[in-house]
Amino acid sequence: MINLELSKKLSQLGDMAHAVAEGMFRPISRKYDRLEHTYPKELDMLRSILQGMADGGSDMGADGLSREKKGKRKEIKNGSNMAIVLNMMEICWGDAGLALTIPGQGLGNAAIAAVATPEQKKRFDGKWAAMAITEPDAGSDSAAIQTTAHLDGDEWVLNGEKIFVTCGERADLIVVWATLDKNLGRAAIKSFVVEKGAPGMKMTHLEKKLGIRASDTATIMLDNCRIPRTNILGSETIDTKKSFAGVMQTFDNTRPVVAAMSVGVAKASLDLTRELLEREGLCFEYQNSRFEIPAIEAEFYRMEADLEAARLLMFKAAWMADNGKPNSKEASMAKAKAGRVGNEITLKCVELCGSMGYSENALLEKWARDSKIFDIFEGTQQIQQLVVARRVLKKKSKDLK
Amino acid sequence: MQNNYLTKPMSMALEFLGRISGSEKINQWHLREPALKLVYQSLRQSVRVGKMAQTRFFASAPLKPEEKLSKHKPLKKDIFDLTPTREQQMVRDELLKFAKQNMRPMARDTDNGEIPADFFSQVNALGLAVSGVPEAIKGVGQMRSPVSSMLMAEDLSYGDMSLAIAALAPLGFVNALTEFGSRDQQARYLPSFTEDNFFPASMALMEPSARFVPDQLTTTAVATNAGYRLNGVKCLVPLGMKSEIFVVFANLDNHGPRGFIVERHYPGINTELERNMGLAASGMSRLILTDVELPKSALLGEQEVHYSHQRMIDLSRIGICALSVGTCQAVLDYVTKYANERFAFGEPISNRQAVAFMIADMAIELESMRMLTYRAASRAEQGLPFHRNAYLAQIMCAEQAMKIGTDGLQILGGHGFVCEYPLELWYRQLRAVGILEGTFLI
Repeated sequence: MINLELSKKLSQLGDMAHAVAEGMFRPISRKYDRLEHTYPKELDMLRSILQGMADGGSDMGADGLSREKKGKRKEIKNGSNMAIVLNMMEICWGDAGLALTIPGQGLGNAAIAAVATPEQKKRFDGKWAAMAITEPDAGSDSAAIQTTAHLDGDEWVLNGEKIFVTCGERADLIVVWATLDKNLGRAAIKSFVVEKGAPGMKMTHLEKKLGIRASDTATIMLDNCRIPRTNILGSETIDTKKSFAGVMQTFDNTRPVVAAMSVGVAKASLDLTRELLEREGLCFEYQNSRFEIPAIEAEFYRMEADLEAARLLMFKAAWMADNGKPNSKEASMAKAKAGRVGNEITLKCVELCGSMGYSENALLEKWARDSKIFDIFEGTQQIQQLVVARRVLKKKSKDLK
Repeated sequence: MQNNYLTKPMSMALEFLGRISGSEKINQWHLREPALKLVYQSLRQSVRVGKMAQTRFFASAPLKPEEKLSKHKPLKKDIFDLTPTREQQMVRDELLKFAKQNMRPMARDTDNGEIPADFFSQVNALGLAVSGVPEAIKGVGQMRSPVSSMLMAEDLSYGDMSLAIAALAPLGFVNALTEFGSRDQQARYLPSFTEDNFFPASMALMEPSARFVPDQLTTTAVATNAGYRLNGVKCLVPLGMKSEIFVVFANLDNHGPRGFIVERHYPGINTELERNMGLAASGMSRLILTDVELPKSALLGEQEVHYSHQRMIDLSRIGICALSVGTCQAVLDYVTKYANERFAFGEPISNRQAVAFMIADMAIELESMRMLTYRAASRAEQGLPFHRNAYLAQIMCAEQAMKIGTDGLQILGGHGFVCEYPLELWYRQLRAVGILEGTFLI
């Protein structure tokens, strides 16, 4: 039966996350925006709180972004994917930079949850895992990565440079994408779990950024870095038929999560903007024709409609994953919509609130800086459009480049 | 059905009017004025004949309270879910088939407003209106289901928005009655929708002014000893020339806007066929009400049901959003196929990002429209507040539907501009989204 309201169970989960965002993130939000590169030690306590939340009575959220196998269960359910996007949305309403640096919640953890063997899952359990894909000469074109891996006895030897590694300094593990054979293209790209302190691995640089400054973004050098043979995620063999799809499938799960970040920050902007405008006498009644109300009110409703659309597309994509439905198109739709409207909304809110918006006395300007990244990482706006277009038009990447 | 008596002489007269007014001889011989007068008289006559032949509506007894459709559907399972019920899916399959096989092929030909009579008997066989009529009066409705009505609008509009509005107008009327009508009014009027023939009925809310606002009506209802007296002009009334019965919304003395059930044969009613940018097949008409005397029982809901004008507006806004979703899906599917088949510079134009990204954005915004519309309808169905949701859905659909319409046409280039292809038709229809109010109440 068509119902787009969240269940009681999910709502409670959202309320809890919202309370954490409000009580723990907001008070230190500005502090770590200014103290870039300083680890927010307040988050150590959060780690245990979140663990408690995940364990406490809820089967949702604890098992990560795993995908319900197709046809395994017929009854419609709301599972971990929905719980995770909801959680992320609420936490990012508090602060997205901090959300990205919550111990144990890195993107690498999502990759491990999605493809690791039971043995690996056990071995990496409780560890904080970052994700290292981008290189100086390979961004969105992740098939062009130059970092290599070759087997030497019982060890993989990795060589290359990874940039823009979120949590690269703070995480325990880094999931590194590397190629087994540059000549074999995408099929040869595999992901490897590199533990901190592995010989030959070095963090060489921390970025200074426009936004999400609470989160560290590192450059990692791999110079004959040696890791155990069992640290490869997925199979060792190069299957040219299976191509890139396996690796890329992680994105179907993580893109709705990035959409959630964008929705959360945009929601924060709209909430505060509304508060400021109401304080100055504007009423939001959703009453008259959109052409008969003040422009500022009409603009606000338009943003609200866009935000609501992004939010629902995000839940739809997560709901599909929870129910074993292929959702590559929907995941990209959610991220495309959320990425662009999140950025538009936060920028517009600064504009609507004028000097109040531009001032560091409020967080509006910060959110307008933070939001830009959600339209970039995990696939830019243009990459999402490409994915959606290929799906809608049923095109191969060689035809629609 | 009785409406044949009414429409037959009228359509003959209208046909005559059309034929002679187009004749050059008439102008040459200075016969135009007298001829038009003649036609006018014959039309009046035919209306009068129709009036006398017309049956009134009777109810032996009002609906028992338990026979009314129950208002709100409780959730069977408290989860977020985008799957229609099995019954809804069956209806969807059937309506989509009808939309593709019957409606789409006739969309172009009916754009002159002439709809073959068997279209309406086919529509009647689909059981749209009867699905909203309670079982106690031979209907098949078990619950008020705004979601089901919304899905019907989406699916039929995939065939053609204009024909969909015509097909759905009676269901909109039925929904208005089950939502706001008294038990007596339901028992009196709803059985007509369970018969073998299509029973035309519609709602009349809009008025011809540039700054029309649906809760500030210039059509007035004045209380009289016998009931009410209506005066005013309504526009964009679907099936206006055919409908046997209307819900006319008017400002009642100091009570604000209320609905009135107006039977076509009441003296003082004139209808005029409109010509608009699009939607000709909907039969959009003006309804001119001059001192129309209504009995007390005409007040929608009488003293029995609380009438909320806002709720009426919101339910029909969702209806229009659903229509726009169906039409935009038609645009997207058509354009997708076209872009894949149209070659330029040696390859399909869809191989170019400039084209492909437009299509991706159309798909993304269409899904945005759909999600907002579904949420508003599902909240209405569950008895949750949905005013804000309907308002936001309207904002989204009004903006994006036209954008999809114009971008879709753009992708076809010159072909989009000519009538050999359906894009210009959809373009004209989608301009009405964001203008229409009260057209189809879900």
